[in-house]
Amino acid sequence: MIRVEGLSVNFGAVKALRNVSFEAPTGQITAVLGANGAGKTTLLRTISGLVSPQSGTIHLDDVALVGMATENIARLGVGHVPEGRGVIEELTVEQNLRLGALSSKVNLNEGLEEQYARFPVLGERRRKYCATLSGGERQMLAMARALIAKPRVLLLDEPSLGLAPQVTSQLMKAIRKLCETQSLTVILVEQNAKSALRIAHQALVLHLGSVVAIGDASSVADDEDLRRYYLGVVVT
Amino acid sequence: MSVFLSSPLMHNIFAGFAQGIIYSLVALSLVIIWQSTHVLNFAQGAMAMIATYIGMTEIDRGIGYWWCVIISVVVGMTLGGVTERVLIRPLYGKPEINPIVVMIGFLGFLEALAAAIWTSTTRNIAEPFSQIYFKSNGHLVFLSSFVIFQIVLAMGIMLSVAALFRFTKLGLQLRASALAPEVSRLLGVRVSRMLTIGWTLSAGVGAIAAVIIASGNFGLFPANMDGIFVASFIAAAVGGLESPLGAVAGGLIIGLTEQFIVAYWSPDVAPLGGIIILVIALMIRPQGLFTKNTIRRV
Repeated sequence: MIRVEGLSVNFGAVKALRNVSFEAPTGQITAVLGANGAGKTTLLRTISGLVSPQSGTIHLDDVALVGMATENIARLGVGHVPEGRGVIEELTVEQNLRLGALSSKVNLNEGLEEQYARFPVLGERRRKYCATLSGGERQMLAMARALIAKPRVLLLDEPSLGLAPQVTSQLMKAIRKLCETQSLTVILVEQNAKSALRIAHQALVLHLGSVVAIGDASSVADDEDLRRYYLGVVVT
Repeated sequence: MSVFLSSPLMHNIFAGFAQGIIYSLVALSLVIIWQSTHVLNFAQGAMAMIATYIGMTEIDRGIGYWWCVIISVVVGMTLGGVTERVLIRPLYGKPEINPIVVMIGFLGFLEALAAAIWTSTTRNIAEPFSQIYFKSNGHLVFLSSFVIFQIVLAMGIMLSVAALFRFTKLGLQLRASALAPEVSRLLGVRVSRMLTIGWTLSAGVGAIAAVIIASGNFGLFPANMDGIFVASFIAAAVGGLESPLGAVAGGLIIGLTEQFIVAYWSPDVAPLGGIIILVIALMIRPQGLFTKNTIRRV
């Protein structure tokens, strides 16, 4: 479980997050929704220790994460798939996966086999440089690279960005399945509110750094005002 | 056969090879630092020179040659690690020109320091192996035990560096830290430790090269690595900065070119050889002759 309390982040004069509090329960998907500049990515980067907050606390179960180095947070089992996916293009598919497994205690070969079974296309392309992969393949690799370390928490930043709708829907189903089978805590940042709300258990709506709504995914999805004013979903 | 081996042509080939292998050694140290930090250390030669002074002047106190080599390498590695921590670390996230400027300043500082401590007079250091050319059926073959030693050493280091980056967990983490520091940290890689290790390993190989250079005909003086560094830098650039094999091949190409210019034109234009090779290489394969993938952020 991830518990965020009173989190505020400033970039100079810009308040990126204002007093954000929520809990992301174990084994559930928490969708973080909102327009560009709402603070969604900053929230994930702060959880991972890439950004230092001005105030507030973040706990992974009972461990305080604020002030801890990013690499140590990762070693605690927080997997972060960053915006733009972050596959290292100059390395091969397998080298990227090996890198993901290095800091955990998992058996490398078993981990690789498991990921290749989950994403067969990565197995086919294991010796290819990542520069040659398509957008969808990169997304799969970024996911596999985070999953190979058997994380307790998975932070996903816009996984659907640049993907075809059909691929997005497959990906979302895969995330939901992972969450259920491995009791993974997932925080899913999405601009694509519709597809995120379909798989999420709960949802959090950010607007200019503040939480404007939090609740069951279905109640957020049904709130017409939220959809119209904060999520940009056309009401039909 | 032995007549052919002692011909002027073969003399030039062997001499160019011997010079080139020295460039290869320094180029290998540049490949390590580039692969693991994406910084080009312009003080690499001067740092290795200081390490050589500290280690090899121990010979004067009666310590054996190989012990002095070990001292030089340990001093070189320590200097590399400390330099990264003290001079380079504050510059991460700043414009890429900053570490270059700082290291050029550090180069001048180290050379002045060496001159102040040990004077600018060239010191000769006993070579570990004979430099007398071999003879075959009464004809000279322009190879000596010392040159053979240099070749074996360069090949050994080349294979070790290649194995480090290709097969080991450490090598993978070093490369990843240089290519994508933030993503590497998100995957749990201790990036700042990797950067220090990269500088340490690179400075160690640099020190080995500098000791070998000082032990040959060249001798040891504060600026003795300057010209060699330039040629080695070109060798590493020609080879692609990412490939240990490329660094060795680049060094040999530069060494042979210089030797043939010396032999058939004039010693005064020899340094031009490297520049000409660099220009040709950049026109044909700007990513380097031995680099597999073509993406490079510079």
